Amino acid sequence: MKVKGTAIKFGDNVDTDVILPGKYLVLTDPKELAKHAMAGLDEAFPAKAQNGVIVMGGKNFGCGSSREQAPIALKHAGVQCVLAESFARIFFRNAINIGLPAIEAKGVTSAVDNGDVLEVDFEAGKVQNITKSKNLHVNKLPSFIVEILKDGGLIENLRKRINKK
Amino acid sequence: MNITEKILAHASGKTTVHTGDIIDANVDMIMVHDLTGPLAVEAFKRIGTPNVWNNKKITIILDHQIPAESVKAAELHKTLRQFAKQQRIRLYDVGRGGICHQVMPEKGHVLPGALIVGADSHTCTYGAFGAFATGIGSTEAAAVFATGKIWLKVPEAIKINVEGKFQNHVTPKDLILALIGKLGVDGAIYKTVEFTGETIRNMSMAGRMTLCNMTVEMGAKNGIIAPDTTTRDFLKGRTAQPLPPFDPLQSDIDASYAKTVEFNVTNLTPQVACPSSVDNVRPASEINAPIDQAFIGSCTNGRIEDLRQAAQILKGKQVKNSVRTLVIPASQEVYTQALREGLIEIFTAAGAIVCGSACGPCLGGHIGLLASGETCISTSNRNFIGRMGSTEANVYLASPATVAASAVTGRITDPQKLEAT
Repeated sequence: MKVKGTAIKFGDNVDTDVILPGKYLVLTDPKELAKHAMAGLDEAFPAKAQNGVIVMGGKNFGCGSSREQAPIALKHAGVQCVLAESFARIFFRNAINIGLPAIEAKGVTSAVDNGDVLEVDFEAGKVQNITKSKNLHVNKLPSFIVEILKDGGLIENLRKRINKK
Repeated sequence: MNITEKILAHASGKTTVHTGDIIDANVDMIMVHDLTGPLAVEAFKRIGTPNVWNNKKITIILDHQIPAESVKAAELHKTLRQFAKQQRIRLYDVGRGGICHQVMPEKGHVLPGALIVGADSHTCTYGAFGAFATGIGSTEAAAVFATGKIWLKVPEAIKINVEGKFQNHVTPKDLILALIGKLGVDGAIYKTVEFTGETIRNMSMAGRMTLCNMTVEMGAKNGIIAPDTTTRDFLKGRTAQPLPPFDPLQSDIDASYAKTVEFNVTNLTPQVACPSSVDNVRPASEINAPIDQAFIGSCTNGRIEDLRQAAQILKGKQVKNSVRTLVIPASQEVYTQALREGLIEIFTAAGAIVCGSACGPCLGGHIGLLASGETCISTSNRNFIGRMGSTEANVYLASPATVAASAVTGRITDPQKLEAT
């Protein structure tokens, strides 16, 4: 499965309070949440992301609070995939569980510049930098995680598994 | 095996597990609160299974936006009450509980050796009781509601061995801040952090909870401390369930660790995490920044022991005119105890406002938000940009003693120095 988008780069330790500040947690509509995606770092982010982007983080992307509203806001703002040197574990699981690919890609921050167009094949573990005509190999996701992403998230995946029984 | 591996092996029906194994574990208890629970309920309904797997093993606690600060929050609370009633799940409502991570152990829902997940990142607090406890998101909580199971990767372990005796006004909060400063906010990413040593054995449950609570601030999956007589004494009378034997909940002598950190607290002084990262830690005596607000409370430091430390400093004193001081006991039980001990009167006489047991300003949702350009010193756990209100506010993290001393002087103050003046 492949996704494509323009890279928007952020630094190390991007926390969920800047991805979605606490005061917006009473919002339940994903479209409303999306309007505040990355509000702590860049209020113009939702406008930049609407045509489909790939968010790139450094180390420990998504640290802090367990709020699932953070990846939901990113996904509905137009983020196709998050690539980072490493993830905070709760953010990683949350992203996968709502069907937003999150891929640990060591060395990716030095191989990609802001604005590069990327194609990510998370099943094969390949990141193609189309702008720079370069390929990067990243860790493959375990097959059960790929299944969750293919199904569109954990709930859809679980429904499928329950119905099979 | 270490304690975490032993609990994960038991929870997945195996005799042994190794670092990196992916296991399918049975969950002993799951907690959700008012900001993560409504999404979990919505996701659970989409799964289509009519009933939760075990309503005795689920706990819902309202603590973040309480009492309801808006109609939106009130609607979310209503959703949770309806779900709890329909599924016969226990729910701690406004005035009946307090902050989830204080209420869970107080009400006997945390047992040594248990595998606990919670839709809140500070669920790792329960490792203080020798449980494996970790934070998850709402969708995953819904899956646990339906199946009682969760996949987990067996983490690498870091052992932090702590020796020595704390000086006056130096606390477990100063220890954990110093450790995060040393290891970094990603120093324990994906890993378990196990605390051992003489200092830990002599530490109260309150102190152990502060340590385990903040392990997530160095990226850890869980923090854990082997249960002992201090654990047993705390849990006495709080649960009808028999406690498991503690012997199997000790790490083996040959348990493997990716890293061992030795720390001696004898010369440790009060520490402060400066804006806007929890690992930006410096001695309190070096900072001296003026403050607008002081906050004593949260799942990190809102326990009776914390309030006593703050009251010891504030007794007979006034907080500086220019400082708003908020005190929030972590639970109804802590609040009642503080009343009995006369601590609440010490706070109000000093010019502090005492608010009802809830998360309060810690997450910038409700009560005591900061304006642009303002500075707060707080006993809570995160000083990220925008965490407590404006993205242009500054948050410093410290112990209850340091926050109380700073409230008195109006500047960040080492409590040991306040005593001397």
